[in-house]
Amino acid sequence: MSEPLLRTESLVKRFGGLLVTDSVSIDVRPGELHAIIGPNGAGKTTLINQLTGELRADSGQVLFAGENVTALGIHLRARRGLLRSYQITSIFEGFTVLENTVLAAMGAKEHAFRFWKPILARQDLVDIANQALEITNMRDLAEMPAAELAYGQRRQLELAMALAAQPKVLLLDEPMAGMSVQESASVVAMLKRLKGSHTILLIEHDMDAVFALADRITVLVYGKAMFSGSPEEIRNHPEVKAVYLGDEAIG
Amino acid sequence: MSSTKSNIWKAGTLVPLVIFLLFILVPVWGHYTDHNFYVAYFARILIYAIAVVALNLALGYGGLVSLGHALFMGLGAYSVALPAFYGIDNGWIHLLICLLSCAIAGLITGAISLRTSGIGFIMITLAFAQMGYFLFVSLKQYGGDDGTSISNTSQFFGLDLGGVYEVYVVSLVVLILATWWMARVRVSPFGMVLRGARQNARRINAVGFPSNQYLLVSYVLSAMLCGVAGLLLANLNAFASPSTLSWIISGDLVVMLVLGGIGTVFGPILGALAFLGLEEILKMFTNHWLAIFGLVIVFIGLLGKAGIAGFLDGISRRLAGASKVKPANQGAKT
Repeated sequence: MSEPLLRTESLVKRFGGLLVTDSVSIDVRPGELHAIIGPNGAGKTTLINQLTGELRADSGQVLFAGENVTALGIHLRARRGLLRSYQITSIFEGFTVLENTVLAAMGAKEHAFRFWKPILARQDLVDIANQALEITNMRDLAEMPAAELAYGQRRQLELAMALAAQPKVLLLDEPMAGMSVQESASVVAMLKRLKGSHTILLIEHDMDAVFALADRITVLVYGKAMFSGSPEEIRNHPEVKAVYLGDEAIG
Repeated sequence: MSSTKSNIWKAGTLVPLVIFLLFILVPVWGHYTDHNFYVAYFARILIYAIAVVALNLALGYGGLVSLGHALFMGLGAYSVALPAFYGIDNGWIHLLICLLSCAIAGLITGAISLRTSGIGFIMITLAFAQMGYFLFVSLKQYGGDDGTSISNTSQFFGLDLGGVYEVYVVSLVVLILATWWMARVRVSPFGMVLRGARQNARRINAVGFPSNQYLLVSYVLSAMLCGVAGLLLANLNAFASPSTLSWIISGDLVVMLVLGGIGTVFGPILGALAFLGLEEILKMFTNHWLAIFGLVIVFIGLLGKAGIAGFLDGISRRLAGASKVKPANQGAKT
């Protein structure tokens, strides 16, 4: 088995008296799609925030590509290739789709203390951005101001921005939240295409999607990583069934 | 981002270009009609426009609402006045002192102010400017409250900035270069990160740019350019006083920028011209000009958040009949 690309060691986060992340140790291996499921309030987004560095963990460690990144801020982790998409869409409304994506492509690679040439004159970055827009089916909308995008398109742009950073690990926080059935189907198809070439940690509510996509699933309950295993194992695990999936058969 | 070639006939670009052309003609006209007063008056407009361009970098692009930019204008002015007091009239030394003092002051006050945001940022920049104000008031040997007149204006290779035509031409060149640079920087990586930080600072960090570092650099650059405006102003007036550092000047700069169009390329020049022009015109009619002035500013404020520049863009869009393209400067949500 290959060395995990992203790993946490007994990560703990408290908000006041509330234990939101309870000694979580998970790992993401290169090339796999690892999904995290759990009921509302299980601390999934809080966990992602600690992985990206937006939240400081109270104790425990985050190891990324063999390096301890626990003390690093978000932009330094992004520079190392740990990128995320947001559950609540977070794009630059005043820029076009292409500008959003090119900015994301640049941020992962270099500083922006360049004061003269237009950013869109950087053909190498524009090419990377266009590839990301191609994958997310956003190429035709490249010139559109982001403020005018429909909801589903914003989510797609969010993904394109994460992809344009050419991440080593992609953290996707409910990429299908609020999408129509057709839109989520196209995102599932897209993630299937990305699988294998990208290492992905996926948080998702849509069980059909998770079971269709994931190589491995971790169940998070009340901040605790209750169980990790293949979709098959999760499906048949009695405790998981009881806590999260209910008694109904899934499939 | 629309291409610049098709842009040039739009009102939003055409009007400022005509204004620049008229600015070039002012000294010619003044020379033949001997209206030195008006050349000096327009030089003042140019100099304020430079300061507003400087403010636009921090406030318009970066969203840093500074109510303390008079500090840097004052430092620029005293960079001429203090050496001149000791008989040093070398303009390069004045400029060096100006750029250095503004860079250091900008770095220190910026780094501290950036620990806050919103109202806190406004109050802290204001407080720093007031500290500068009272510092120069307390320097009695340089005139204190009354200020000091400058007998040795800046000399650059035999060019005396004290002459009204000289300072006019230099100010115009600086303003054109600064405006050009602002147009370039707007879509450059640096400008995009600043404008991105204004829209969504958290996201800029997540993309991989530490927003505060970029904002600090913009603040320092803004301070230095604002200092240059102060240096020119001191030469124009042959006078420097603490009133250059007063918070009223800081406020005027912000009003000029809002008037002209926050975050737009030509907004600063339009705003400075409208503000100072209106002031002069209204003064001719009544002593109570401030009352009318206030009403006019309210009215222009109602035109929308993009000020005069946005208004002109709106005209050309209506003329073109195409509402498909939104103005490029719409990222104005802070």
